[in-house]
Amino acid sequence: MDLFSNLALGFATASTLANIGFCLIGVLLGTLIGVLPGIGATATIAMLLPITFQIGDPVSSLIMLAGIYYGAQYGGSTTAILINMPGESSSAVTAIDGYQMARNGRAGVALATAAIGSFVAGTIATVLIALFAPPLTAMALKFGAAEYTSLMVVGLVMSVALAHGSVIKAIAMVVLGLLLGLVGQDVISGAPRLNFGLYQLGDQLNFVAIAVGLFGIAEILRNLEDERTREVLMAKVTGLMPTREDFRRMTAPILRGTALGSLLGILPGNGAVLAAFASYTIEKRASDRPEEFGKGALAGVAGPESANNAGAQTSFIPMLTLGIPANPVMALMIGAMIIQGIVPGPNVAAENPDLFWGLIASMWIGNLLLIILNLPLIGLWVKLLKVPYYVLFPTIMAFCSIGVYSVNSNVWDLYVVAFFGLLGYFLLKLRCEPAPLLLGFVLGPLLEENLRRAMILSRGDPSTFVTRPISALLLAAAVAVLVIVLLPSVRKKRDEVFVEEDA
Amino acid sequence: MNSLTFDRTNALCGGFFILSGLIFGYQSLTVDLGSWLRIGPGGLPLVLSGLLVLLGAIILVQAARTEGEPAGRIAWRGMLFILLSPLIFGLTVRGLGFIGSVFITSLFASFASYRMKLWMAVVLAVALTVFSTAVFSYGLGLPFERIGPWLR
Repeated sequence: MDLFSNLALGFATASTLANIGFCLIGVLLGTLIGVLPGIGATATIAMLLPITFQIGDPVSSLIMLAGIYYGAQYGGSTTAILINMPGESSSAVTAIDGYQMARNGRAGVALATAAIGSFVAGTIATVLIALFAPPLTAMALKFGAAEYTSLMVVGLVMSVALAHGSVIKAIAMVVLGLLLGLVGQDVISGAPRLNFGLYQLGDQLNFVAIAVGLFGIAEILRNLEDERTREVLMAKVTGLMPTREDFRRMTAPILRGTALGSLLGILPGNGAVLAAFASYTIEKRASDRPEEFGKGALAGVAGPESANNAGAQTSFIPMLTLGIPANPVMALMIGAMIIQGIVPGPNVAAENPDLFWGLIASMWIGNLLLIILNLPLIGLWVKLLKVPYYVLFPTIMAFCSIGVYSVNSNVWDLYVVAFFGLLGYFLLKLRCEPAPLLLGFVLGPLLEENLRRAMILSRGDPSTFVTRPISALLLAAAVAVLVIVLLPSVRKKRDEVFVEEDA
Repeated sequence: MNSLTFDRTNALCGGFFILSGLIFGYQSLTVDLGSWLRIGPGGLPLVLSGLLVLLGAIILVQAARTEGEPAGRIAWRGMLFILLSPLIFGLTVRGLGFIGSVFITSLFASFASYRMKLWMAVVLAVALTVFSTAVFSYGLGLPFERIGPWLR
């Protein structure tokens, strides 16, 4: 019963004209930028983040932000199918068979399959969130400072396990992120620290500036390295409607993909990417025509796209209930919440039920808007693929500068953008993933606060982390994951997975 | 393979983490470290800095044993124009005001690409300025001065 009244509150909040409008703008803007090749969902959200602050109402701005997320993901699949250029690592799998379908003249069907799969997955995942979020919240409310500290350690370890490339580098990036998160004023004593004597930086490094620099600017620079003309094999998009036979063959993959994605999406780290790959493998095994895979199999688009979208959706669960981001996008959402004056964590559901349930309901509305808008608008998005890159990035730079400055009207934030743009590009060149750093940055202050509180509560006895059962269990899980990813055999397997992904 | 080969990218990476760890470590020593009971503002940063130095050292040692691929092309021109444009915006937004600052920033950023021609850059910058002023200044009502004191 509670579920229905909660969902009713959610839909009442999300379906006000203003909020549907913001959701719509978010979905459109997200698709618009997500379609531009080479700009992934994280970079898109980082760039559009400052704009959402102008709305004022935290519920509306988070709804818009979530809309941008789905839009960007959807845009990424479109480029994956049409020009074999995945905007996001999770749509890399879609590119394999989707692009082949497009070359066979079935681009329209591939796009429609991706959209339908995403919508079904999004709907089921929304129900799952509504079912599982409240019990998890109730459990999380019993957590003390020690449990929270351990939980964050688990989150950070998982983000390391699921990052690309070297494990050691990913751990180093997390640590660097944690340190950067601690720059500025100490929360407990109020003492300034680690700020290189630059008091202009304020209490803390500006989160928006760091996200824009690390993800937005660094990505522009990488795109500028090699300015070839994009080889756009633009198949004419005709025949959007799948046949009855197509529908029959996409049903099972969509459902399997949704189940897989929902499960893996909850895991901290980037579960959605993993889910897409796992789904592709499973569909290939389950298919009665495995030889079609790689040559334009419908199931190879339907399964991974559903898995990817379901995972993207359920990754909201740890963010909403525990305040722990499962991926860089959720880290951005948490950063947005903090800036809006909402403390992320289990209290959100109790203190801001309209935000909590409104956001959940808006996920479904966002998915619905995507399917009814994007299929008719596909011609427009295809045109966008032809916009030359050299027109895009001055535009992006202008909007980023305005956006970052508008958050605090502090010119130092703009210098932080430039610095982190340079750092982000440098780290990309060193083959270090920026995602663990951002997670560390968001969790740094929370981790420190809980660690210090836990130590005070235990009267200075560090064994509190292993004598409290839940905390001990969480830490054991973290150690287990770390040991597993460092085991030579697993490491080899993991490298293979990511090599396949990069190919 | 002789013993002198090493992965330059990873060596640089290890060195970078060690250096960052040392800088943060030095800075955390200047504030109160606290005790086990009351961890001070420098406590966690010092531990993390130590960890970062250690990880950097591991990466450095591993780099000495393998030969890596080169880092690839570096977007020098892109770096110059793209990284300086937020700085230019920051330096001019108070003086020139919003309109002038957006114009200069987008004009400057345009030259990051080898393919951009002067007239196109000017057209693009004008278009962006008109659009941003309409949307951000009039539409969203951001509280920035449109024409700054330098132009009055």
